[in-house]
Amino acid sequence: MSGPSTGSGNNKIRSGNNRSKIRTSDRVRPSKVVYSVIGVIAALIWVFPVYWMLNSSLLSNVVLQDPTPTFLPFGGSFANFGAVFAGGTFFPALGMSVAIAAIVVVFCLLFAFLAALAISRFRFRGRRGFVLAILLIQMLPAEGLFIAQYKLMSSVNLLNSVIGISVLYIAAVVPFTIWMLRGFVAGIPVELEEAGMVDGLSRTQAFLRITFPLLAPGLVASGVYAFLQVWNEFTIALVVLPDNGSATLPLWLQGFIQASASRATDWGQVMAASTLVALPVIFFFLFVQGRMTSGLVSGAVKG
Amino acid sequence: MSTQASIRTAAATAAPGASAATSARPQQPRAPRQRRRPIAPYALIVPSVIVLILAMGYPLIWQLITSTQQFGLAQQFGQPAPFVGLQNYVKLATDPYMWTVILRSLAFCLACAAITMVIGTLLALLMNVVARWVRVLLQITLLLAWAMPVVAAMTVWTWLLNLRSGVVNWMLSAIGLPFQGHNWLINPISFFGVALVIVVWMSVPFVSFAVYAGLTQVSGEVIEAAQMDGASPRQRFFGITVPIIRPVISIVLLLQVIWDLRVFTQIKLLQSAGSVKSETNLLGTYIYQLGTGSSDFGMASAVSVFVLVLTVAISAFYVRSMLKEDES
Repeated sequence: MSGPSTGSGNNKIRSGNNRSKIRTSDRVRPSKVVYSVIGVIAALIWVFPVYWMLNSSLLSNVVLQDPTPTFLPFGGSFANFGAVFAGGTFFPALGMSVAIAAIVVVFCLLFAFLAALAISRFRFRGRRGFVLAILLIQMLPAEGLFIAQYKLMSSVNLLNSVIGISVLYIAAVVPFTIWMLRGFVAGIPVELEEAGMVDGLSRTQAFLRITFPLLAPGLVASGVYAFLQVWNEFTIALVVLPDNGSATLPLWLQGFIQASASRATDWGQVMAASTLVALPVIFFFLFVQGRMTSGLVSGAVKG
Repeated sequence: MSTQASIRTAAATAAPGASAATSARPQQPRAPRQRRRPIAPYALIVPSVIVLILAMGYPLIWQLITSTQQFGLAQQFGQPAPFVGLQNYVKLATDPYMWTVILRSLAFCLACAAITMVIGTLLALLMNVVARWVRVLLQITLLLAWAMPVVAAMTVWTWLLNLRSGVVNWMLSAIGLPFQGHNWLINPISFFGVALVIVVWMSVPFVSFAVYAGLTQVSGEVIEAAQMDGASPRQRFFGITVPIIRPVISIVLLLQVIWDLRVFTQIKLLQSAGSVKSETNLLGTYIYQLGTGSSDFGMASAVSVFVLVLTVAISAFYVRSMLKEDES
């Protein structure tokens, strides 16, 4: 499919492209209509599972068990959510996830921020080695280390503990966070700080009053990134938190899948549970999406 | 902007002897930083280094040592594991099941990466040519799919494919295909087909957004100039657009290959939704089974080391390009 051939019309005008685009699409080309139809179909396919989760979460189990699906949640209710809350296992899992996420985000941001300062503001012996190490570690799959991490945690009696898994998560998330923050720190010219120092601020004051406020968006984006990683993490949690009592939300949620293999499942409740796990993620994700894309492919895409 | 800053710091480091000359110039405040330089950067990276050594370095070394030890029944009762050299690796290289798992993992990974790239790139090209509202609609829906936590996505897909009341079986039956009560996970081929669809569904958004970001770099003036010089749409696409987005495509492809090797969560959850484990194991789930199921830590470590080496080998190119970015 040689899609871009129709792009020509858009490129004629440099400014006011919004109006001009409408104009070009008025001069209807049949191919453009076809592409738009394909686009809408693709959008519907991609959003369908998400929609289906929300739709099912509002319907009762009786309705869901009917062989003919119900496509709109008319007559639905939030009863499934109530049942999940009343089930008694949601809130402990939520507590675990929140505690771990809070610890990891705070320490990861602090550690990564310091390291990002080091690699973007100083040239020092071993710098290249450090950068190389964080880039490599960031690539390592959890599957390649989790048995060893399990043995480590069990040897220091930190299985099922918030502290133990938090240390593993900080190490897993810190490399990419350093990389992401490095970009932000490097984007703030040293000259700004120097100008402040010329005007009589000490180096620390100049940093705190000038550089730090400019870094705030970067810290927020990196913090959200760390939060998302931890909130969604399943692989390490599965081996390091074997007790049901210390399950995080992803572990709690997978319990439903496992149960569905052996006995009848209340899919309405499972979908309500999935919605509860997914909602904060979807909310926060919208913040950092752009940053994440450019962080991962920086160098290939500018800006 | 960033280049400028790093050139300045680089220049400052390059000439420590010239500090007298530097301080003679108006930018005197630079001096205190130079005095502090020897210790400050090391102090700043210490926390990260410590946590990385604790949580990654130590397990890595334990794993290397353990991969040369033999674990059997006696070790489950507390006997220390004997040193057997490279025997685990020899066993790994000669075990036909291990080869099945390796080839299966690579085939699955490459299939996922290739299909994701094709669909993701096509959607990015599509975003570039459709009306604005269609593009925004596509972007919103792709974002939603991308944002889904992997475990939540897996529960939704198991529900979609549920044999009795899943909507997929209903749709296929409705158009006359014999899919009533069809079990998607029991046959290994079908199992991996399902896993592939799910992985592709989750990974396409990133590819689309990255490639689309690359496409927005293609300047309208250049395309227009080419058009006036008589270049056909096809020539414009392959002569201008493709070279500009090639770097993005290669990096994204590499990331996809690396990420599609680590599909433990998806495979593990699909397995627990009901399938024969030995026929659907990939590297991650096989390590898990060796380590937690049979407590064969020696073999589990050997396979883990293999996975790590494989990942590092594949990542080398990506890491090199990122290092270049760091130095630019």
